[in-house]
Parts: sequence; C-alpha cells; structure tokens
Amino acid sequence: MITADNISYNIGTKQILTRVSTRFAPGRVSAILGPNGAGKSTLLRCLTGSLTPDTGSVTMDGRELDDYSLADLSRKRAVLSQANPISFPFTALEIVLMGRNPYELDHSAARNTEVAMAALEMMDAWHLSDRSFPTLSGGEQQRVQFARVISQIWEQEGACLFLDEPTSALDLKHQHQLLDLVQSLCQQHGLAVVIVMHDLNLAYHCTDDCYFIKDGRIEGSGESRDMINAERISDIFDLPLKYAGMRFGGQQAAILTEPGLPA
Amino acid sequence: MNPLAKTIPLPFFLRHLKIPALLVLGVFLVAVVLIAASIGAVSIPLKDILSGSLTDQQEAVLASIRLPRVLLAVIVGGALAVSGAAMQGLFRNPLADPGLIGIATSAALAVAFVIVLAGPITGYLGLYALSIAAFIGALLACFVIFRFARLTGSFSVTYMLLTGIAINALSAAGVGYLTFLSDDQQLRTLTFWTMGSLGGALWVAVIVVTTIAVPSGLILIRNARELNVLLLGENEARYLGVDAERLKRTIVICTALCVGAAISVSGVIGFVGLVVPHLVRLTLGPDHRLLIPASALLGAALLVVADTAARTIVAPAEMPVGILTSLIGGPFFLWLLIKQYAGRFSL
Repeated sequence: MITADNISYNIGTKQILTRVSTRFAPGRVSAILGPNGAGKSTLLRCLTGSLTPDTGSVTMDGRELDDYSLADLSRKRAVLSQANPISFPFTALEIVLMGRNPYELDHSAARNTEVAMAALEMMDAWHLSDRSFPTLSGGEQQRVQFARVISQIWEQEGACLFLDEPTSALDLKHQHQLLDLVQSLCQQHGLAVVIVMHDLNLAYHCTDDCYFIKDGRIEGSGESRDMINAERISDIFDLPLKYAGMRFGGQQAAILTEPGLPA
Repeated sequence: MNPLAKTIPLPFFLRHLKIPALLVLGVFLVAVVLIAASIGAVSIPLKDILSGSLTDQQEAVLASIRLPRVLLAVIVGGALAVSGAAMQGLFRNPLADPGLIGIATSAALAVAFVIVLAGPITGYLGLYALSIAAFIGALLACFVIFRFARLTGSFSVTYMLLTGIAINALSAAGVGYLTFLSDDQQLRTLTFWTMGSLGGALWVAVIVVTTIAVPSGLILIRNARELNVLLLGENEARYLGVDAERLKRTIVICTALCVGAAISVSGVIGFVGLVVPHLVRLTLGPDHRLLIPASALLGAALLVVADTAARTIVAPAEMPVGILTSLIGGPFFLWLLIKQYAGRFSL
C-alpha cells in the first residue's frame, strides 16, 4: 500500500506537481495516464522515493518514505525505469542477478541464480541468459530489465511495483505476456502495481484503476473501465473526439475489416 | 550510445574460471618479477636467486637497486590499472581514465610548481618534495571536484566530467606557463617526470606507495559488487539499496589515493589504466569483483615487463618507461578497436 498525500513538486518556479493525492492498494494494478510533460514520471519518482516532494508526504504501509533506509525500501518496492543504456558487456543473467542485490547476504548465490533464471523464464527470456546485454534488441533488453525488477521482490508479499512505460519497446505478444504476468503476480503476492503508460487500450483492458494527470494535477481517478472513454481522452489529451475514438476502441477494440478494401 | 559498448565478444568459458584466472595471473606476475630481478647490468642468474647462492655484490645490487625497482613497478602498475578499472565503472564508460577527472594533470601541475618555482627547496628535499607535491595535487583535484559536487547539489557524473575537463584545462595551462618560465635544468627534470620513469626507485618509495595503494585497492574490491549495480544507473542502484552517493565518494577518494601515490613516484605513465582493464574485460567479463583484482595483477606484470625493457633496450642509458607504455599501448589499443569494431561504427 502506498499513499501520496497532497504532494507538490517544483523545479525553480515551475510547478510540476500540484497537490496530488493518490492511493495504490495491494492486489490492484493502477495506471497513470496523461499527455507528455503532465508530471507522470515526476509523480512516479516521488512515489519511489527517488525525489522528495516539496510539500505533502508519501507513505508506504503507514510509514513515511523518508523513514525507510535504502536497504529496507529495496526489499519493499521495485522500479522499472525507462531504458537506461548499459555500456558494459554484462550477460542478461548478470543483469537480472543485480536485482538480487538486496538479498546478497540473505540467500546463497545458488538461490539467487535460481530466482534470476526463473524470472528470465517468466519473461520468455531464458534463452538470452548468456547473451551480452548491450547486444540485445530494445525489446529483449526491456524484458531482461523487467525480469531483474521482479526478481527484486520475488519472495516479498505486499510489495510495490512501479513500471514506467514497461511495454514501450515490446511487440504485441510480449506486451500482453508482460501485463498478464503483472496481473497474476499482483493477485498472487498482493502487490501494489503502478504503471505509467500511453496505450489507452491496454490500460483499459489490463488495469484495475487509473489516474489521469494533466498539468501536474489529478484530473480524474477511478476504476479503469469507468474512467477511460473517448470523451475523457479527448478532454485530457486535447484531441478532437473523432481521433480519440480512432485511437481508443474500448470494449469494441478489435480489428475492423470492411469487405472490398485491399488487404 | 557508446559504440564501443555494443559488441564485445563473450568468451563465456573463461567466465567460469574466475579463481583459476586470478591464480594464473598471480603466477605470471611472480614469474615476471623473478625474471625482471635477474636481468640488468649486473647479471644475477635466476637459479642463483632461487637457490640463494649469491655473491655479496649480487646481493647488494638485488637488495638495494633491482628489487625496489621491480617491486615499485608492481605496485605502481597495479595501482594505475585498479584506478582505471574503478573510474571506468564509476563513469560507466569503458574509455574513462583517472586522467579524465583531472587527478593526473593536477598532480603534474603540483610537481611542475615545485620544480620551477620552489627552486632551492627542490635541491634540499630532492625527490621527496616531488612525491609530496604530486600527492597533494591529486588530493586537491578531488577536493575541487567535491566542492563543485556540493555546489551543484548532486554528485552527478556529468558534473564530475565537466569539472574534470575544467581542471585538466587549467592544469595544462599552468604546466605550460611553468614550462615557459623554467630554465634548462628545470625543463629537463620536468620533461623526464612528465614522460614517466621508475628510475631512482628506493625502498622508501615502495613502502609509501604500498601503504597507500594496497588499502585503497582493497576498499575498491570490497565495493566491487555495488559498483556493478551502479552500472545500471544511479537511480536504479538506489532502488536496489545501494547508497550511490557514498559509493561514488569512496571510489573517487580511493582512486585519487592510488593515482596520486603512483604518480608521485613514477611521473605520468600512460595507457596502463586504460588498456589493462579493457583487456581483462574482454577476456574475463565486466564483473568488478573479478575485474579489479585481475587488473591489479595484470597491470603490475605488464609494468614490470615494460620497465625491464625500458632499462635494458638502450643500456647503459635508460628510456622513460612512460614513452614505452604509450608506444606499445597506443597501437595495441588501436588494434583492439579495429579488430573488435571494424565495420560496426555507428555514432
């Protein structure tokens, strides 16, 4: 469970977040949606403890984030950031093993390797384990990084999982595979999952709750099925309604084919 | 993205040989040291060293000239290679070098200062004045980097690099101006020092450098696992429970100590810090837990070989070893680049 209470964050005189309150419950997958520069990533960084808000507070399981040590936090929440280039030829397995850093002393090397391999297998990336990470494709790197993140909270019940555009480089099959995995881990281990994403169809189908954020303010929140619709998308993203309908199929999302059109 | 990072072949069979790899390097180093100790103006056959049947003259040469010199090469080579490996990890750039953040040039400036401006004092304190100056120069560079890091509010790698560039430019200007001011004798001393040499090695130098470089190196090895995690990115490292600020501070200080100690007794010896970790990474992988100790052993062995060559090739004269390492290291590095990255450049 992670809660942000009235947090604001400024860079210079520019207000990036204005009195934002959110609440992410265990066993729920939540999406943070909004246009570029709305403050999504800043909100995520405040929630993970990477930034400290100027006012307001972020609490995890009832304790202020600042009261946790880095080591304690690393066992309670994992974060998948947007692509971060790695310039050294670590193998995919070595990268995933870094996710086990918080447990280096608790578990044997064999146990940590076992977890890392299991995480890779879940992400359909077991065959990449001996490959050099920098030589992998963007999507393969993203899957390996995700495996690292889930291996970090492998044994933890009720941990928090933050994902910043986790599907941006993935093909369709792996997008669904990742989100299915997120949903089942969320159910099994009571994780509180927060995903920043741009694909509104995926958000509609794969998340429980959503927060719309625009110009640093929460512009609506609730269950994804109720909240995500063409009218709101048109409003939040300053998009004419006809485009909003085009980009978001909602319940009807399906490939429409008209007879007579060239394939 | 750094084009050098893209495709480095992975001889995986080597990665399962971590401990054996260190053993092999250790044995290689011992062999190189013994052979180097037997070569020189006074011939001391290897079998006599091993059996202990030396003449008084041989023993005197070995104990007071040859051994301190070879051991100094071991410790300086090891210190330079270790600090190179640590800097490359810290900057997440396989081409980084202690020279990069201004430590080496700032040490050089301090030495030039003593040689040129403090004239009479140099004669009095002799070689030791230079050592102390280089060491202070290296620490000063660190201090400046720290002050700027505090001013900018974060220990960001970008700021460290930019500060390093500024320190390098300032130091180069300072050295240039001092060179311009110096007389012929000073110029000669200055030139030899900037070319790097292990000539005139004394036991004192060996002891001083060892007591500084070995503890610093051990601290770096202790932090190797966290340094691996830091390569994921500073935020990622923090998410994984690594105190990135403390880690960066530790690495910078230890590196400054290693580089300052090495430079103070040997002058500027190039390429060891760059080429050695690169070689180790190509064969044993980038894991710092293996990379740092292996770099220490290989750097030590290579500098012993280079120094032995430097003092025998043009005997009875002596070539500054810094010239030799650059002469061999430069083309070798280019060859590595061409071999590994031919046809794959994309900036």
